Amino acid sequence: MAMDVLIVDDSAAIRKILQRVLRQTEVPIGNILEAGDGLEALALLEQQKVGLILSDINMPNMDGLEMLSKVKSIEAYKSVPVIMITTEGNQNKVMEAVSLGASGYVRKPFTTEQIKEKLTGLV
Amino acid sequence: MDEKVTAAPTQEEIVNWVESATKEVFQTMLGLDATVGEHFIEEPDKGLSMGVIGIIGLVGDWTGTAVVSCSSPLACRVANTLFMQEYAYVNDEVLDAVAEITNMIIGNLKNNLELKLGTMGLSIPAVVFGRNFATRRSGKESWYVIRFDVDGERLDVQLCLTPNQLAGQNLKGMPRIMSLA
Repeated sequence: MAMDVLIVDDSAAIRKILQRVLRQTEVPIGNILEAGDGLEALALLEQQKVGLILSDINMPNMDGLEMLSKVKSIEAYKSVPVIMITTEGNQNKVMEAVSLGASGYVRKPFTTEQIKEKLTGLV
Repeated sequence: MDEKVTAAPTQEEIVNWVESATKEVFQTMLGLDATVGEHFIEEPDKGLSMGVIGIIGLVGDWTGTAVVSCSSPLACRVANTLFMQEYAYVNDEVLDAVAEITNMIIGNLKNNLELKLGTMGLSIPAVVFGRNFATRRSGKESWYVIRFDVDGERLDVQLCLTPNQLAGQNLKGMPRIMSLA
């Protein structure tokens, strides 16, 4: 069954690239929702359940770590994979993401193959 | 106030970090080689006058501005490859592509700068595009300019850094963005 996905990134370019990459994977993808920050993402998740979240860390209004923490506190999202995609090189932030429940981490710049591999391993 | 001021990176370190960040972004995201050419320090009174310019502010114990500039054809090529669509002229999507490439290059450079200068934040990238405009850099600091050749087109990465006099005051710094004159 096709899975709906939420992409959270303040960069329109990254959202567009990830849309393309997702459509190229073997994983059956349904609707792809987009949010420009953590607040928008939480509002969308209240309206629609998704099976996978790809999120940046550094974003205005609400960053990816705060969003991740809030998402994982929602019962329905405890087992939904969240992959962080970011230029952030600070290992403390990466470790924090993992401790908050992130399923994986991809550093920008990324190749299409890196995203595909990460998805295939998770879904 | 804490008077601690860390040592500035050397010119060689800046050039190496900019080269490695730029090459990695172009190779990984675009499959293009960015070949480093001349690099020099430029006085602040020089400015840019054409092309597509991505600007990002850096703030922390040190503060500064980074600029990635390229020709319109290279900007279109970047967008063509990133989005797998043909762009014959610069439009909003091409500007988004240049903003993201700027963000990735300077984001990766920031990871290296932080090793020497402490934690830094990045501003949201801004992009300027046009012809026959003039830019002016505020401040007295010199700028590192590192020039690249990408498939026959020129791309410049410019960086200005200075100790932040307001460091430790928990103020959000503003980038010293070149003002359009």
